[in-house]
Amino acid sequence: MAGLELLSDQGYRVDGRRSGELRKIQARMGVFAQADGSAYIEQGNTKALAVVYGPHEIRGSRARALPDRALVNCQYSSATFSTGERKRRPHGDRKSCEMGLHLRQTFEAAILTQLHPRSQIDIYVQVLQADGGTYAACVNAATLAVLDAGIPMRDFVCACSAGFVDNTALADLSHVEEAAGGPQLALALLPASGQIALLEMDARLHEDHLEQVLEAAARAARDVHTVLDRVVRQHVREASILLGD
Amino acid sequence: MTHGRAGRGGGVVGAGATRADDVWRAGRLGSMASVALSEAEKVYIVHGVQEDLRVDGRGCEDYRCVEVETDVVSNTSGSARVKLGHTDILVGVKAEMGTPKLEKPNEGYLEFFVDCSANATPEFEGRGGDDLGTEIANTLYRIFNNKSSVDLKSLCISPREHCWILYVDVLLLECGGNLFDTICIAVKAALFNTRIPRVRVLEDEEGSKDIELSDDPYDCIRLSVENVPCIVTLCKIGYRHVVDATLQEEACSLASLLVSVTSKGVVTCMRKVGKGSLDPESIFEMMETGKRVGKVLHASLQSVLHKEESLGPKRQKVGFLG
Repeated sequence: MAGLELLSDQGYRVDGRRSGELRKIQARMGVFAQADGSAYIEQGNTKALAVVYGPHEIRGSRARALPDRALVNCQYSSATFSTGERKRRPHGDRKSCEMGLHLRQTFEAAILTQLHPRSQIDIYVQVLQADGGTYAACVNAATLAVLDAGIPMRDFVCACSAGFVDNTALADLSHVEEAAGGPQLALALLPASGQIALLEMDARLHEDHLEQVLEAAARAARDVHTVLDRVVRQHVREASILLGD
Repeated sequence: MTHGRAGRGGGVVGAGATRADDVWRAGRLGSMASVALSEAEKVYIVHGVQEDLRVDGRGCEDYRCVEVETDVVSNTSGSARVKLGHTDILVGVKAEMGTPKLEKPNEGYLEFFVDCSANATPEFEGRGGDDLGTEIANTLYRIFNNKSSVDLKSLCISPREHCWILYVDVLLLECGGNLFDTICIAVKAALFNTRIPRVRVLEDEEGSKDIELSDDPYDCIRLSVENVPCIVTLCKIGYRHVVDATLQEEACSLASLLVSVTSKGVVTCMRKVGKGSLDPESIFEMMETGKRVGKVLHASLQSVLHKEESLGPKRQKVGFLG
C-alpha cells in the first residue's frame, strides 16, 4: 500500500502509538440485569459485549452431559454493522464457528469446571464494532462476564494480539495493521502463572523472531490484566457501597 | 359488568369475574422469551390492571423510562441504542449504493434485518432467534411500506441506475417485554442520526457516468423522520388493555394489538398478535388509545432527539459504559 507505513522511523504506528503500547481499554461489568453475568469492553474502536448464562442444566440432549465437569458452550457473533463492509450473517459462518471453538478452548482451561458436573455454562460474545483484535476483546469481555456471573475461575484470562513489522514486535493490532498482511499472533494468557490458554499465529514468521513477538504479546496481556483487575475491584467496590457495607 | 369497556376511573370489576381458564396460561407469546409465573402472581397482575394499577406503579397508559442515545457505533451511517426497562435494542444503519428496484426506478429503498442475539436468552442461540427475527423484520417492512414514511425519492442518485440502499440492522440484546415499540423507536432514532454522503453524478462526452463523493466528510444529506411511524403495542389483560407490557404482563395477556402511528396520529398499520381473540369494540378502543399514546410518544422522542443533537459533536458518548 503506497504511502502507508505501519511503523514510522521515529517508532510511531499509524494511530500514534509506540510499538508496545495498548489501545485505550474501558470496560464495565453488569451491563444487563437479566443475564447471570455480563460485561462490555472497548479496546480502542473495537467494542465487544459478553453475556454468560449458567451454570444451568444441559439444554438439548442430556447425552452431552459430562459426568465429572461442566460443559462450556460459546458462541461468537459479530453484528452486521460491525465491519466496514456490511456482513450478511451475524453468526453461523465458518469464521464465527472457529472463533466460538477458540473461545471454548480458552475458557475450558480457565474455568473450574469440576465444581459443576453435569451442567452447562453458556458464554455468548457479541462484537458491536470491529477494528482489529476482536478475539482479544472477546476473551477479555468474556473473562469479566464470567467473573460477574460468579463462576469460579483459575485466574483471569487476558488476551492480546501481536504482529511483526520492520524487526519490531507490535502489540494490540488495529484493523489497518491486521489488513496489511504481516504475521499476526493471538495469545490468551493466565497472568498469575504465565500459562498460555490459546496461541494462534497466521502468516509466515521466522522462528528467530517468535520469542520476541511472544514476549511482546505476553507483556501486553499482563498490561490488560492490570486494567481488568482495576475494573473488577471498582465494580465490587460499587456493589458493596450499594449494599451498604 | 361490561366486557370491553376500558373506561378510566375504576368501574365495576367483580373480583372473581375474570375467566380463570383463559388467563392462566404458560407465559409464551409468539416466539418471544418466556418467563415462568405462578398462579398467584398472575392473579395479582390481572386484578391490579383492572384497577389501573400495575406492578411497578404505572397506569395502564404509561411507558417505562426510555433511554435513547444515537451515534453509538462509529462505522455506520447512523446508529441508535434504546433501553426501555430491561429491553435493550441497538440499531445500525449502513448506506450503500446499488441499483433501484425495477418497479420503482426513481427511489432508493430500505432493507431490514433483525438479529435476535443469544445475549437476550440462550434459546436464541444458533438459529433459535431466526423466527422472531423474521417476524419483526416483516412487521417493519409492512409499516414502512407506504409513500410517506420515508422520502425514498431523496435516496435516488440517478434514475434506473444508482440509488442509496439503507440497510437497517436491528440487534436485540436484551428482552424485557414490549419489543416492537422499542425497536421502532430505535429505528426512528437511527434514521434521524443517519448521514448519507452527498454524491454528484458527472457525465462526460461519451455518456458514461461517474459518481463523485464530496470531499468534505460533513457534507451529507439527512433523512426527514417526521412521518416515520412508531408502534404502540396494546396488550389485553382481563378487561382492560395496557401499553408497554413487561414480560410478566405479556404472560398474562392472551391477545395484543400492534398499532403503527405517525406523529400526526395517522395509523399506518395494525396487527393482532397472540393466541386469544379480541372483540371488535376492544379493537376500536385499543386503536384510540394507541393513537393517543402514539402522539405523545412521538412528541417526546422528537424533543429528546433534537436536544441530543443540540449538544453538538462534543457531547460525551456514554454507550454501554454508563
